[in-house]
Amino acid sequence: MKSTWMIACLLGLGLSSLAAGQTPDVQTIVNKANIVAYYQGEDGKASVHMTITNKQGQKREREFNILRKDVADGGDQKYFVYFKKPPDVRRMTYMVHKHADPGKDDDRWLYLPALSLVKRIAASDKRTSFVGSDFLYEDVSGRSLEEDTHELIETTDDYYVVKNVPKQPDSVEFSYYNVSIDRKTFVPTKMDFYDKKGKLYRTIESTKVETIQDFPTVVTSVVTNLQTGGKTEMEFKNVKYNIKLKDNLFTERYLQRPPREAMR
Amino acid sequence: MSRVKTITPLLAIVLISIALPTIVLASDEETEGSFFSDLPVEMNGFYEMRGGYRMQNDKYEKDMSIMESRVQLDLFSYFDWGDLKFKGDVYGDLVTEKGYFDMREANIFTRPTDFMDVKVGRQILTWGTGDLVFINDLFPKDWQSFFIGRDTEYLKAPSDAAKVSLFADWANLDIIYTPRFDHDRFIRGERISYWNVNLLRLAGQDAVVHTDKPNDWFRDSEIAARLYKNIDNYELALYGYHGYWKSPAGQNITRTQAVFPDLNVYGASARGTLGKGIANAEIGYYESTDDLSGKDPLINNSEMRYLVGYTQEIGKDFTMGLQYYIEQMLDFSAYKRYRPPGPARDRDRHLVTLRLTKLLMNQNLRCSLFTYFSPSDKDVYMRPNVNYKASDNVAVEVGGNIFFGDYPNTFFGQFQDNTNIYAGLRYSF
Repeated sequence: MKSTWMIACLLGLGLSSLAAGQTPDVQTIVNKANIVAYYQGEDGKASVHMTITNKQGQKREREFNILRKDVADGGDQKYFVYFKKPPDVRRMTYMVHKHADPGKDDDRWLYLPALSLVKRIAASDKRTSFVGSDFLYEDVSGRSLEEDTHELIETTDDYYVVKNVPKQPDSVEFSYYNVSIDRKTFVPTKMDFYDKKGKLYRTIESTKVETIQDFPTVVTSVVTNLQTGGKTEMEFKNVKYNIKLKDNLFTERYLQRPPREAMR
Repeated sequence: MSRVKTITPLLAIVLISIALPTIVLASDEETEGSFFSDLPVEMNGFYEMRGGYRMQNDKYEKDMSIMESRVQLDLFSYFDWGDLKFKGDVYGDLVTEKGYFDMREANIFTRPTDFMDVKVGRQILTWGTGDLVFINDLFPKDWQSFFIGRDTEYLKAPSDAAKVSLFADWANLDIIYTPRFDHDRFIRGERISYWNVNLLRLAGQDAVVHTDKPNDWFRDSEIAARLYKNIDNYELALYGYHGYWKSPAGQNITRTQAVFPDLNVYGASARGTLGKGIANAEIGYYESTDDLSGKDPLINNSEMRYLVGYTQEIGKDFTMGLQYYIEQMLDFSAYKRYRPPGPARDRDRHLVTLRLTKLLMNQNLRCSLFTYFSPSDKDVYMRPNVNYKASDNVAVEVGGNIFFGDYPNTFFGQFQDNTNIYAGLRYSF
């Protein structure tokens, strides 16, 4: 399955370079951007540092390591998060079995080491804050492409601008969002969210992009909430791809005692 | 209290005051090259002050329900062969006017093969699916800490045990051997008043419970096992336990000491997604082997215990959890025929729990209410709590432990004079 996807992707890349200058259709653009943003390599790890700044300028920090393994490119994924800061969440672990099928909620677990307790998290709303930051759970794990209709509204020298309208408007707080996608790398560089009245209220910008192991990678991104005045910067360090993470790592065994890959 | 070492209050104060500046300094990232950063040891912990009072007079206890100053140190080090962990609390307690050292964890963890994990030493152990309701989790609990308003972390008392976990494709197995019985830190009247079955009235410091506990290394041991498997993210488990009732469940023949009779437990549980939430179910057969016929009036009868629960997000950062739990006494007719004088128990104890948790202000403010309500005992225990993280290091909280009931002898009703409110301040590093 995996190899079929890989071949499809390689073919896709080959074709697009052959047909340089031609604009691909919108589905191809969003598929590629989704792979680049969330599915680079077969697996990966990163150390994440978050700075959350509220309207009053007060700062809070989060630090965690994250491991990811794809079940299928563009499809299901498994995540493992090991918290390092702040002190009250230190050594807590968080595991997600993400399901790309919009009808199926992700499976999420949290391990509280002080109580030695494996908790199952009953959160079905993906548009709630991730660890108290301005990023939402869905920004971090990726919003399923099937949740929105996509329309290419502009092609500039550098970017494709895609407008995304939710198929179920009642399930989200925005009316639509526009994504600027780099024409060369397919990295989504900016997302603008518009509220129900059509007013811009939230942006996510990729402020620093580096090429790591040939994969274009967003290493700094900033979300700004114009409604609350809050801002969160997320930095990725020690990014590594294709590190051959074992499948059994994303189980209760490792949740209780994290793998070395997650701790370092 | 089991295995909490008493130290002089003066020593506690000295230890806390020495520890505090040291740890605050050590936690400061600017102190590169300090003593602690040179060692391959991660050091964390917190300093906490907590105080609380009873909301009514209790003629057997002090008005002050909790008043303490505490430092927790958590040292963790990992090597290629395994991990070392130490966690201990030093606190000065103004209610008992004593200082204490409570070593909560001191263990070695190693992963000797691909299919085995081993953890030996003092450790916190938990399993099962209930939320503050335990059927197959027969690891020691600290009910006193729970009722006086310490952090929920302290509900779990440590075990001195060896845990071996085996992993295979078809199932996983945990086996926990405790060479010497670790009982609960149960309610004994020292700081929580309770229903005394001999005096047939409420009692407290005037009638502190004395126990005769199984206390011999290796002979009075406990063994607990869990066989579990995750099928399509439905977590299924079978449990077995061989040991003793964890809190006193009977008396000696002269009724001068409470005892911990033999107990075997066999159970099962399941947990997984149902609709928009998480459902759980658990069952356990408590075999009270010292009184299999149920005729001994001094020893608890065997029981069946059942639990179903459901947790769902009902609003933004707002979660609700509902549980229904039944304790069913087996050999009820034998109990009725042979029971001692005083109020009788019902055959079944029904219990409903409701948890509401709402996060506000970027998840820095957590408001929660956990309620136990027994329609059969006609009693209630409520645990409201508001916790605010003022910064990444400082948290303040206020809460309460509210008991009421129609009868003075029921599970929660007996604690109604212990209703208390508390406030705490914690600096984490």
